[in-house]
Amino acid sequence: SPVLWGGGWSILSMASQMLGAPQHEVSQKGAFCSRTEESQPHLSKTDLTARISFFVFLFPWFGLDIGGTLVKLVYFEPKDITAEEEEEEVENLKSIRKYLTSNVAYGSTGIRDVHLELKDLTLCGRKGNLHFIRFPTHDMPAFIQMGSEKHFSSLHTTLCATGGGAYKFEQDFRTMGDLQLCKLDELDCLIKGVLYIDSVGFNGHSECYYFENPTDAERCQKLPFNLENPYPLLLVNIGSGVSILAVYSKENYKRVTGTSLGGGTFFGLCCLLTGCSTFEEALEMASHGDSTKVDKLVRDIYGGDYERFGLPGWAVASSFGNMMSKEKRESVSKEDLAKATLITITNNIGSIARMCALNENINRVVFVGNFLRINTISMRLLAYALDYWSKGQLKALFLEHEGYFGAVGALLELLDSA
Amino acid sequence: MPNLDKWGISLNLSFIFFLLTGGSLTKLAYYSTVQHKVARVRSFDHSGKDIENEPLYEISVQEEITARLHFIKFENTYIETCLDFIKDHLVNTETKVIKATGGGAYKFKDLIEKKLGLKVDKEDVMTCLIKGCNFVLRNIPHEVFAYQKDSDTEFRFQTNHPNIFPYLLVNIGSGVSIVKVETEDKFEWIGGSSIGGGTFWGLGALLTKTKKFDELLQLASKGQHTNVDMLVKDVYGGAYQTLGLSGNLIASSFGKSTTADKGIGPSGTIQLQCFILWQGEVQALFLRHEGYLGAIGAFLKGAEQDNPNQYSWGENYAGSSGLMSTSPDVYPMQRTRSGTFDMLEMDRLERPLVNLPLLKDPSTYIPDTVDLTDDAMARKYWLTCFEEALDGVAKRAAASQPDSIDALQRAEKFRQKYWNKLQTLRQQPFAYGTLTVRSLLDTREHCLNEFNFPDPYSKVKQKENGIALKCFQSVIESLDSLGWEERQFALVKGLLAGNVFDWGAKAVSDVLESEPQFGFEEAKSKLQGRGSSAAVEGPPHKCALIFADNSGIDIILGVFPFVRELLSRGTEVILACNSGPALNDVTYSESLIVTERIAAMDPVIQSALREEKLLLVQTGSSSPCLDLSRLDKGLAVLVRERKTDLVIIEGMGRAIHTNYYAALKCESLKLAVIKNSWLADRLGGKIFSVIFKYEVPCK
Repeated sequence: SPVLWGGGWSILSMASQMLGAPQHEVSQKGAFCSRTEESQPHLSKTDLTARISFFVFLFPWFGLDIGGTLVKLVYFEPKDITAEEEEEEVENLKSIRKYLTSNVAYGSTGIRDVHLELKDLTLCGRKGNLHFIRFPTHDMPAFIQMGSEKHFSSLHTTLCATGGGAYKFEQDFRTMGDLQLCKLDELDCLIKGVLYIDSVGFNGHSECYYFENPTDAERCQKLPFNLENPYPLLLVNIGSGVSILAVYSKENYKRVTGTSLGGGTFFGLCCLLTGCSTFEEALEMASHGDSTKVDKLVRDIYGGDYERFGLPGWAVASSFGNMMSKEKRESVSKEDLAKATLITITNNIGSIARMCALNENINRVVFVGNFLRINTISMRLLAYALDYWSKGQLKALFLEHEGYFGAVGALLELLDSA
Repeated sequence: MPNLDKWGISLNLSFIFFLLTGGSLTKLAYYSTVQHKVARVRSFDHSGKDIENEPLYEISVQEEITARLHFIKFENTYIETCLDFIKDHLVNTETKVIKATGGGAYKFKDLIEKKLGLKVDKEDVMTCLIKGCNFVLRNIPHEVFAYQKDSDTEFRFQTNHPNIFPYLLVNIGSGVSIVKVETEDKFEWIGGSSIGGGTFWGLGALLTKTKKFDELLQLASKGQHTNVDMLVKDVYGGAYQTLGLSGNLIASSFGKSTTADKGIGPSGTIQLQCFILWQGEVQALFLRHEGYLGAIGAFLKGAEQDNPNQYSWGENYAGSSGLMSTSPDVYPMQRTRSGTFDMLEMDRLERPLVNLPLLKDPSTYIPDTVDLTDDAMARKYWLTCFEEALDGVAKRAAASQPDSIDALQRAEKFRQKYWNKLQTLRQQPFAYGTLTVRSLLDTREHCLNEFNFPDPYSKVKQKENGIALKCFQSVIESLDSLGWEERQFALVKGLLAGNVFDWGAKAVSDVLESEPQFGFEEAKSKLQGRGSSAAVEGPPHKCALIFADNSGIDIILGVFPFVRELLSRGTEVILACNSGPALNDVTYSESLIVTERIAAMDPVIQSALREEKLLLVQTGSSSPCLDLSRLDKGLAVLVRERKTDLVIIEGMGRAIHTNYYAALKCESLKLAVIKNSWLADRLGGKIFSVIFKYEVPCK
């Protein structure tokens, strides 16, 4: 569920690769601990573990993923609270629970994705519902402020957070909210979250799905996919930027590559090109546009297929390539531009993912991240492109909880460390 | 089309020529024959004439036709103008087919066929690209460079490795193609991306008020992408250091433009990331002539019956517009021009060029001693030096053709052109590859040739050769009167004194201009320091290769007595002179006449010539400097045949500006007189100091 954190990490590995640093072969749990120690010299590892184990059974249970664009929050609402417990429950805790579970929107920008709620989940021996909440990262100060007003720190809980924002806002949490963040590795969290959610399923349905006949509007079907034996797996997380991971087992994965052309690029460019102001608006525009007016296709250049290399005429040869000409610039609509932006970003991610899959010899590619939220165009395009360019060798898979896996992972880390 | 009219004067398009039309830019490659003037020397028939008062030989300027490859690129909008131009200049009516490649070949096929009445034959773009790439890698030194961001020397040029394969070719046109090239004919398309130059242009045109590709690049160079892109530090705050990553890496391109307040200023400057990131140990290398590869390849494919690959080619610095910097402060006018109109010219060399077989390691040999791209102080000095000398050179060029009505005008045009080149190089030292004294000298020669000054020093050389020949016998007599050891010393001193006579050096040309009586003895007295005799008596060498420098006293009174001594020791001599004129350097054809005259006076030389123990060859070069990796094939063959075991390189241009550090497989002697006080200073000596470098390769 780290919605939009991918980019930070993509770049990290890119940097380490460029600098010739050893590939970040991550199988380490506890990596976050050493990092936590580094940035909090006053807090020893045993202190931290002690704090966590002491408070772990104390509610509230949160997992936080602070990405470049969106903050993802998962909240476990216990449904098996005994009368005795209820009596002992402090007022603050109760009010937080009420506030979160009785609303579907928080402030002007916070949203609870009710349709994603996982019901009757058993976590650490407790039964309850898992809620999925998101809000823009630029509202983070208001969120911390709210925590402070609701005296969150008096609950003596530990807030587990991942994503770049865990670093960026750590200081604010401490000073404004009197809260100590437990910072967690985002890739660890992502994988943990994916594997967990897939294993518990989506309220009796399959978490994982794929598209059959993705380009055929009539025959296109969303079908469940059984991810029981998930390994090896290529995990493509499309947030603001993109990270691509090769996962060989629960503990063994590596970051293969990434690109800065991700969801943030789509949205950012759309804002510049069409004047839209929300992701939803951008997608809505895109759904009414025709990208072939904007993009230069193989057939625009070759008059048909480029047979020598097996490139079909409909393939994009140069994204936005038609916009070099004045007449064509004047004849396109904002919708066309939005669609072209979406197609460009999606195709690029698909093509990089395909090359990674080829290199790593992995044929299942799972796409996650909030770029895919309500974005059927991209999902179907990814499904089709992967199938077409790999001649049926690769399968594009998707998960219902798109952007929330990092936050779920953070919550699980909290409970695990108990 | 800008500048095209200039060609009407000097060249005729003929033979085959080909057109490449890409997605946005058109690149045209054609073969032309260029008529230009060359200086020739011809021996007089002296029988029964008063030799005393006659010049040594006859100088004539003749028209010569040489083959030249032209490559130009321009935006597609100029295509009709371009076709008109081709039509007007198409001489060879036998041409029925025109080769075209690239996407545009399909698009413009009808237009081309209608306009020119020729059949368009489409060639596969990738095949052409690779052929072209192989061609430039083989023929243009310093073609390949690495780009270093945030460094003093933005561009670091690479020596061409003899074996160019395998390599990965990433072609960024409107889109991007990635090809693995394993041999000349074996290559594989391994991937690509639709996000390429067309995307930059298209998006740039949508997002800014700028609509031209080149202006967009210029705009981009002024922009600050961090205002638009979401960087790692934007996501991680200040804490990215703990993760061991640079905060300046982009996390999400355009990720910031979603927040309205941080948007783009009214001028709308945006920087798009145009670098390729290579991961792992791979080094990203770029080509100076990247844009031309497809056109060159299409041309080569069509010209297969002429087999251009069998020839060697040289970049013509005068006709090529050079590499442009991405720095914002560079001449905006030049930048603007380069996008719409940019050219490369390559002259076909008469004979193939190869490595000197005696080079210790051809793959690491670098001819030039000082890299002026690297050394800012040296660069400044030499550019100023060439600027200051320019008026004199232009004056001399004009004076060399007193009978020509337009000599003054042409000399002025030459002066302008070379001056502009020097200014370009001040701004962009890397424009033509690594900047060196050699490239400055060569550019000057190319510019002189372009304005029909094939040999400004021909008369000076003629006169000096005549004078020196008259002294030859007395010099030999005085040498012969000396004892062995004394004679060796005198020979070396003579060799060095002769080398003082160099019109290329300003300090010398000043003396020569003001003191016409300045002679061999005066030169000897100018030499600084103690001479030390290096000629230790030992077993004679099998064969010596001598690269001669200046004509006149240098070759006749300096080199020839030395040659004569070697011959009498039983050492064969290969005397290598330039194929074409450069400054007052002795040319191969002049050396033939001079040698003939000396042979008439001297029995040692005469019999050596007859018995082929003294051999005259040409270097294949017309440069005052010497690139041992590009020498005439005939010379290389001879060097091998005669088992050459001593190489003597004479003069500043050949032994100091170049080859000072050249490592050879055999013994070598590099000698020169430093005729430049700055250089003397730098090397820790005084003007007219002597460099005498005798090297024995370690066994």
